[in-house]
Amino acid sequence: MAPPLRQLGVRVAAWRRPWPGPIPALTLALLLVPILAGLSGMVLPAFGWLPALGGKALSLEPWRQLAAQPELPRALRLSLTTGIGATALSLVIALGLVAALHGRRPWPAVERVLAPLMALPHAAAAVGLAFLLAPSGWLARLAAAAITGWSVPPELWTDRDPQGLALVAGLVAKEVPYLLLMILAALPQAAPAHRLTAARMLGYGPVAAWLKIVLPPLYGQIRLPIYAVLAYSLSVVDMAAVLAPATPPPLALLVVRWLNDPDLTRHFVAAAAASLQALVVAAAILAWALGERILARWLRPLLIDGRRRDGGTATRAILAAPGLMIIAAATAGLALLAVWSVAGPWRFPAPLPATLSLDAWSRSLPRLVLPALNTLGLGLAAALLSLILVIGCLENEQRRHRILTRRGLWLLYLPLLIPQVSFLFGIEILAVAAGIDGNIPALLWGHVLFVLPYVFLSLGDSYRALDPRHAQSALSLGASPRRVLWRIKLPLLARPVMIAAAIGFSVSVALYVPTLFIGGGRVATLATETVALVASADRRLLAVHALAQAAMPLLAYGLALALSARAPRRGEGKA
Amino acid sequence: MSAGALELHEVWLALGPHQLLPPLSLRIAPGTIATVMGPSGCGKSSLLAYLCGVLEPGFRAGGRVVLDGSDIATTAPERRRLGLLLQDEKLFPHLSVGENLAFALPARHRGRERRRLVEAALGEAGLAGHGDRDSVTLSGGQRARVALMRTLLAEPLALLLDEPFAGLDQPLKHQFRQVIFHKIRTLGLPALLVTHNLDDATAAAGPVVRWAEPPPAPLGEVES
Repeated sequence: MAPPLRQLGVRVAAWRRPWPGPIPALTLALLLVPILAGLSGMVLPAFGWLPALGGKALSLEPWRQLAAQPELPRALRLSLTTGIGATALSLVIALGLVAALHGRRPWPAVERVLAPLMALPHAAAAVGLAFLLAPSGWLARLAAAAITGWSVPPELWTDRDPQGLALVAGLVAKEVPYLLLMILAALPQAAPAHRLTAARMLGYGPVAAWLKIVLPPLYGQIRLPIYAVLAYSLSVVDMAAVLAPATPPPLALLVVRWLNDPDLTRHFVAAAAASLQALVVAAAILAWALGERILARWLRPLLIDGRRRDGGTATRAILAAPGLMIIAAATAGLALLAVWSVAGPWRFPAPLPATLSLDAWSRSLPRLVLPALNTLGLGLAAALLSLILVIGCLENEQRRHRILTRRGLWLLYLPLLIPQVSFLFGIEILAVAAGIDGNIPALLWGHVLFVLPYVFLSLGDSYRALDPRHAQSALSLGASPRRVLWRIKLPLLARPVMIAAAIGFSVSVALYVPTLFIGGGRVATLATETVALVASADRRLLAVHALAQAAMPLLAYGLALALSARAPRRGEGKA
Repeated sequence: MSAGALELHEVWLALGPHQLLPPLSLRIAPGTIATVMGPSGCGKSSLLAYLCGVLEPGFRAGGRVVLDGSDIATTAPERRRLGLLLQDEKLFPHLSVGENLAFALPARHRGRERRRLVEAALGEAGLAGHGDRDSVTLSGGQRARVALMRTLLAEPLALLLDEPFAGLDQPLKHQFRQVIFHKIRTLGLPALLVTHNLDDATAAAGPVVRWAEPPPAPLGEVES
């Protein structure tokens, strides 16, 4: 696929300088080509066109077959309720936490745990939560020890409840930190502190002032991240594989199941299901956007009704509690991964294992090495490649005095708004047809697709906020733009660059569907191994893999922070 | 809307280890405009922030603030009933001009009365019938008048003015100053004005406190 891409890059670019002229066009092509190819690779088989499997005429037969699947209605309903429910809950919880605590004493502590929690891979987080919430999980053990005296795991709820509440909990635990970080990034622009002060001096309590003055402009700034959460929650595979009910599973898991069916003719119905998944996400985003408008119109009179009281401390406690609980649960899940990975015998209802043992680690080490190396290599390569492209784009922006338009931002978000199972399904079909499934460059490309938007969003603001006078004075001293980039900008931006790299790396470590689909099941990473082990009954082995997966991004963050602590910061090095 | 006096008892202000304002005592009777004069950057705005209860971290302050007989120095900012008017005051950008005014109006005014009060305030700001206008389209002078009306609609017991006319052109500035001072006197509110402009202090015609230059901070200690 490389030659057509290069041609496209050259044709689209209106370049004047050899570098970084073509980089924005190349980046755009890198994002758009697979999406368009993937969508067509999905839609055509959905209408019966897949010559490799004998489908040589367009028909509606796959759709008819899909409609005849008995589990479809319940799967669809499960996807919708868990996806929309998780998104709405995550949003309300994240906003509540910010409204209650932002700018107050506990806030810096909350802020410190957000980045590590966002870096926590979905699969690992799901396993940790399962260890916490399952009937034989740690909460039930605590309850048994302290109150109920259960001697066997209670049957009040099940491991994977049929309503998908466990899946919602898992999604919320992952999406609340993400939304909080997006809100924090948008806050300074959406609501400078003086505006909040102005509202308080007019007599508004802090929460009332926040809801009426900060939230409305803020919402417009975080709309795209919310849609990304919605798209992800409606089509999640790895978390669903750990936490969702199996009969029926959500729609996205049906797609994966049918695609992996040994009966290759199931590819057609899988394609129809993948298309349906894309339609479901598109319809949900449209419905959400419509809901926004209705709600905004309905709530607008409340903004100016003059009510100022907000219940003070009690309201703040109620608003902050769910968010703090979610953060605590995700952290506890991570701790449980560590405990289970070294647990000896651990009977219910003991709150802690009787003895510790490294048995699980020594058993899994041989099979852990290759996936770990694959994860590391893919993550480093994807982060580095994305970083180069993003810096190229940002540098281009500055040299040509252009900034990312609203449409550009939508394009950047596109890979996060289209369900992964949908267009990656098409890519897998195309990759098999082209004989490049399991091909490492193709897999790397698939990772860059998802890593790049996050790197761009993470680095963009710092890059644009860099005081232009540094570069101007260097240019006026005769330095070339390239030299200014290497000797002035990048050293000054060392910290945000390293953090962006760590974010990119952690996104790659978490990627499950792209690795599974483009890797053709032949490239094992910690994400695929962790999900594969869910089916096994061996909690210790699962804990080792999930912990290894969780450890990688956390180490990357630690490394980025440690390295950048030594880098010069603004204002230093004057002497 | 007549109110009691605003009294400052031994109010002091410091930035880190540096004293900015030695203990200051001042009584401002209703309908009087007291002026604190000092050079830019001496901490005048921080004095008002202390009175409002929104002092930034790093500053330290103390002293009693008595409004209408009760000490408000530890009251939550929103319960102090102080109206604050800043230089180049911004309106809330997501609300129209009329909505900005309605936002300030207490909730006990409802329905038709609420709309009437907003319309009356618009008229006083010289924007009768323009309640639907986007607040970011106003000129500097219009915005200043709307901001004044917004502050007054919240029914404060005292006004704090931080050079609210400094951003305006000369004739406009003079006119707006007249409007504010006239309002304060007719409403009988105590007001505290901070400024670096002698003209303002003269026009205020109340007690004047001159703020001495702060001692220059030794180089290199500012960052801590």
